Amino acid sequence: MSALPSFSDPELARQLLDKIRAVAGCCGAVNLMEVCGTHTMAIGRVGLRSLLPENIRLLSGPGCPVCVTPAEVMDAAGECALKSGVTVLSFGDMIRVPGSTESLQQVKARGGQVEVVSSPLQAVERAAAEPDQRFVFVAVGFETTIPAVALAVKKAEFQGLENLTFLVSHRLVPPALELLRTDPELQLNGLIAPGHVSAVLGESIYEGMGIPVVVAGFEPLDLLGSILVLLEMIAEGTCEVRNLYSRIVRPKGNPNAVALIHEIFEPVDARWRGIGELPMSGLKLREPFRKFDAQLCHELPMEDCGMDTGCCCGEVLRGHMLPNECKLFGRVCVPENPVGACMVSGEGSCAAFYQYGGYTS
Amino acid sequence: MIKTITMAHGSGRGLSDLLETVVLPNLLAEQGSVLEDAAVFQTLEGRLAFTTDSFVVQPLEFSGGDIGKLAACGTINDLAVMGAVPSHMSVSLILEEGLEVALLERVLNSLRDVCISCGVNICCGDTKVIDRGSGDGLYMNTSGVGRVAEGLALSAANARPGDAVIVSGDIARHGVAILSQRQNLGFESQVESDCAPLDELCAALLKAVPDTRVMRDATRGGCAAVLNEIAAASGVSIKLDGSAIPVTEAVKQACAFLGMDPLQVANEGTFFAVVPRASVAEARAAIGGGSAVIGTVGEASRFPVTISTEIGGTRPVENPPGELLPRIC
Repeated sequence: MSALPSFSDPELARQLLDKIRAVAGCCGAVNLMEVCGTHTMAIGRVGLRSLLPENIRLLSGPGCPVCVTPAEVMDAAGECALKSGVTVLSFGDMIRVPGSTESLQQVKARGGQVEVVSSPLQAVERAAAEPDQRFVFVAVGFETTIPAVALAVKKAEFQGLENLTFLVSHRLVPPALELLRTDPELQLNGLIAPGHVSAVLGESIYEGMGIPVVVAGFEPLDLLGSILVLLEMIAEGTCEVRNLYSRIVRPKGNPNAVALIHEIFEPVDARWRGIGELPMSGLKLREPFRKFDAQLCHELPMEDCGMDTGCCCGEVLRGHMLPNECKLFGRVCVPENPVGACMVSGEGSCAAFYQYGGYTS
Repeated sequence: MIKTITMAHGSGRGLSDLLETVVLPNLLAEQGSVLEDAAVFQTLEGRLAFTTDSFVVQPLEFSGGDIGKLAACGTINDLAVMGAVPSHMSVSLILEEGLEVALLERVLNSLRDVCISCGVNICCGDTKVIDRGSGDGLYMNTSGVGRVAEGLALSAANARPGDAVIVSGDIARHGVAILSQRQNLGFESQVESDCAPLDELCAALLKAVPDTRVMRDATRGGCAAVLNEIAAASGVSIKLDGSAIPVTEAVKQACAFLGMDPLQVANEGTFFAVVPRASVAEARAAIGGGSAVIGTVGEASRFPVTISTEIGGTRPVENPPGELLPRIC
């Protein structure tokens, strides 16, 4: 059920699969990773694992913003939601992310004010419409989402809103790529690069990865094409960045969006759930916009919870193991009762694997 | 003339006024009968099907229907897919203080119109008023009974390997229509809910294929939930042909935008039937043009429901874990 029928043509797919099988026959064991939740889901939705030769393994890296949001951010959001006169606005899939003791969904059930929005600009609209209520927007997401949040901050400033703040927990993709690049345990042969993030940042962020990289879209033929090109580069021993998503991604990305991010935010060290602190991998609001910082305005602690749940999210996100190799997977940790955040979002590595993975014909 | 519901309409003369000037004239096909504590009606011979359902949908009015139409169709469809001919229905209303009476009248009219078209007698009901802030404007409960013809034995446990799975029409319209109209999702579409009574289609199918194994309307949880229930109850697996499942282009695009699988999105006027493979042609002729054969029942397997994808892959179809939440990006 592709949104673009021409990119899921069965005959072209069959031809690509034939070529993939032929090239894969010339390769040994191949580990390919994607670092984008939409890729994770697209791979599951079209049943790609059921079609690929056995020596091709697809790993899901740290590409789901829901999954890498630390528990203390959810705790802080929950604390806000329980304050009188404060409403927390959140993307839908964030409300099930476990904090150190409970999720926003559980906070809502015991009286917290939590509302789902689908765009940061809706937070601006909500705040403008109800000046007597204070609103906190849970600002998570990678470079795909950050420009929209930056725009919302700018709009709030322009409208002079004093009842809207942002709980900023954005994470940046290049530091995650650096983590993967320098990981001695990770045996990665190729990277399926995130299409949306690349549309903002361009192709240059993948230079020096040391492995073949293909910028890929999200339709079935996009995925098959990128896997084929990666395998060809692996077989030839070449190591380049190729863009197969040129209908969206320009080599230099979207400079306007990047400029907007830098106008509103500056980089800071930040913790990633399951992975730990990565230098300059998060964002905070720049000085003129600090009045919109929920952490300051609501005096939120945001200390590292140091949770040890036995969950292997970190190992999964770094590609050291597949989700079903975690001892909690599918037994203690299921979508109805997620232990780690990777089981929460439909795009989380574990949730996608639970929903779609493990199938063999 | 009452314009807005207040707590005064919860009892005594206020309640009588509400019933006599708003609820009964807009709900009942015929007026004038004395209000007794219980409906007394002639026993229907043979076996009865009995069902109940509560309706809490938001918004109360949506593209393609409203809570009244939904309440009528929901109960009628639950009876119809069990092979029953719906005959009597109860209607209970929980009204929140502040509810606009014009809206109440509109949804009661919708409920009444569906019941009249299906030959269902609204025979009893109840009305309560709750404090402002305790509810969401209006909740409804409908219960219904209907007669089941002798010889019919429909059950989710009846699917057998080799049977065919048929869907009555295109899927996922209700859930998309509701989500697109919820406040604060900031997303619009032209999709209309499929909300409709299924009594005639179900009866037509049973007439054409009396040994139909299972019928189920695919409400919450959508096709994924219903087919997993059938597979579990019957101890079988179901293999779906992804390219055969009817989904409109608008629904596909909306689901892609919201990050949802159409198979997991709710329907309110669409049902699945499992029929013997030899009866497929008769079944499709009875249900009509929008129907499609979408899958085959197989022996039990580790993955109860699977679907073939557009590029020839296969994936499991899981029961959704709970409320569908739009994704971040």
